[in-house]
Amino acid sequence: MFIGAIGCEPLQLRRIHLENSQTLDVYRRNGGYEAIKKVLDSMSPDGVIDEVKKSALRGRGGAGFPTGMKWSFVPKDSPKEKYVVCNADESEPGTFKDRYLMERDPHMLIEGMLIAAYALGAKRNYIYTRGEYRYLIDIMDLALDEARAAGFLGNNILGSDFSCEIYTHTGAGAYICGEETALLSSLEGFRGHPRMKPPFPAISGLYASPTVVNNVETLTAVPDIIKMGGEAYQKLGTEKSGGTKLWSVSGHVNRPGVYELPMGYDDMEKFIMEDCGGIPNGKQLKAVIPGGSSVYIMRADQIVGKDVRMDYEGLVAGGSMVGSGGFIVMDETVDVFESTKNLTEFYKHESCGWCTPCREGTDWLVKIFKRIEGGAGRPEDAKLLLDLCDNIEGKSFCPLGDAAAWPIQSAVKRFPEDFEKHLVKNN
Amino acid sequence: MGEVLVKIQPPDHPVHMPEAAKFSPQVESEIDRHLAKYPIMRSAILPLMFIVQRERGYLDPPGVQYLANRLQLRVTDIWEVATFYSMLQTKPTGRYHIQICKTLSCKIMGEGKITEHVCNKLGIRPGETTADGKFSLSLVECLGSCGTAPMFQVNFDYHENLTPEKADQILESLE
Repeated sequence: MFIGAIGCEPLQLRRIHLENSQTLDVYRRNGGYEAIKKVLDSMSPDGVIDEVKKSALRGRGGAGFPTGMKWSFVPKDSPKEKYVVCNADESEPGTFKDRYLMERDPHMLIEGMLIAAYALGAKRNYIYTRGEYRYLIDIMDLALDEARAAGFLGNNILGSDFSCEIYTHTGAGAYICGEETALLSSLEGFRGHPRMKPPFPAISGLYASPTVVNNVETLTAVPDIIKMGGEAYQKLGTEKSGGTKLWSVSGHVNRPGVYELPMGYDDMEKFIMEDCGGIPNGKQLKAVIPGGSSVYIMRADQIVGKDVRMDYEGLVAGGSMVGSGGFIVMDETVDVFESTKNLTEFYKHESCGWCTPCREGTDWLVKIFKRIEGGAGRPEDAKLLLDLCDNIEGKSFCPLGDAAAWPIQSAVKRFPEDFEKHLVKNN
Repeated sequence: MGEVLVKIQPPDHPVHMPEAAKFSPQVESEIDRHLAKYPIMRSAILPLMFIVQRERGYLDPPGVQYLANRLQLRVTDIWEVATFYSMLQTKPTGRYHIQICKTLSCKIMGEGKITEHVCNKLGIRPGETTADGKFSLSLVECLGSCGTAPMFQVNFDYHENLTPEKADQILESLE
């Protein structure tokens, strides 16, 4: 599997191929923990937040919310404890970038969290890792021990008056815990049910205290932003989508992997056909889901010859979304009815059961898919699927409902022939 | 107002409370280390459940009673959480839990062949355990190994880029 940068110098992946890249020693010899030094020596918490704002860094978990803005929502004058929580519950189908960041460069995450904790005044911080990634929790624990022994964690870090601890925490197999408020419920020891927003976690998050929840890739971008300055980081990408972005690529490509590209990379067709080595076995490209399973599926003719720019605005214009940056590439052998059924089963399994539209809706969607697959499809079933999606989208308690509806809506509209094939043959 | 309308009678049969499980001092200190991470004990529920599960094979009633005592929660609080998360087992499971990823990337890269092969080899279907209690088989949702599909996880170990031959080697190497 390929891991590396295309179209830019590797930034987040710069140390990933070094021997023993997971150790403190290699991290420090390659620019590690210089950013936290700079912060403690010469920057105020507000100064850090300003740099992150200037960087145009947007949350890499899926929503793409500006990170500096999110940090600035935490009230400065609150007497409560504050928390930084790293969302390492990477569960979006097609997404596996955070896994390699934590496996091979855990200190970059620790340094990013330290800087975030300094900016927000947080003393106790958690890395919530999905339970299946147990080996990553072990790697993170070792790295945290190393950092603690070297004075980068604990009391009076590097002789300053800044004190901070970071702990690992394990999930136990629930996609919904990637939603930030569900993650906080889970971290408090409850079922992973999402919570009403507002209040947003910045005001009332973990233990009802001000909390920032950021994805691994977001936090690992922070040390470079501090070192090179927010403006220089932003200029690597576009005006509204600063910096570089990691894309996980899987499915029918010759070279799957984790690709670091500058935001605004031109274009998606070149990326799939050249950078990722094209489609294996002389097959034709049929469809791509570019942002993890929860975004609109794209037809090949929306990509080929269309110069789709790879950043937040470019992908929306192209008919989908950046999401978590998980490319699932499908060749002509894939039946989009079947691929959509597969994803719908995923959302049904992962619906937490809290709200009716999502719990009942995803269950009915799977029932209809199974009935069609079993040969009892009716011509009006495509419309029935869309009606059901309409009753989930925007009406569920958290975004999981939307995430279940969007793949189906786009698949039925963009690949009607794959659905009709199943609906017509029985009539 | 304030008048007691219904007096709750204690049950006329003995309430069955299993005796709480006991663990070695090493395990107890491992549990202490987890509890020390959090300002509120309940936060340690998931890490502690994994420890109980490791020690007892699954979350059995004595293990659940232990968790309730240790975390100062009700037994129902423990069950409520245990039944939400897919990695927590409330029934006995084989010593090796084979979890084949069935989500889209693995699906289109040959998950079906691996599943069929493993089923035939072990003589069980997904959701079942071999008669000797050695293997359990599950189909699970995305494990974040899409670029190295198809894959399965045996207990906590990832096995990626699987072929039927490679799956054989892995299963045969397990004692």
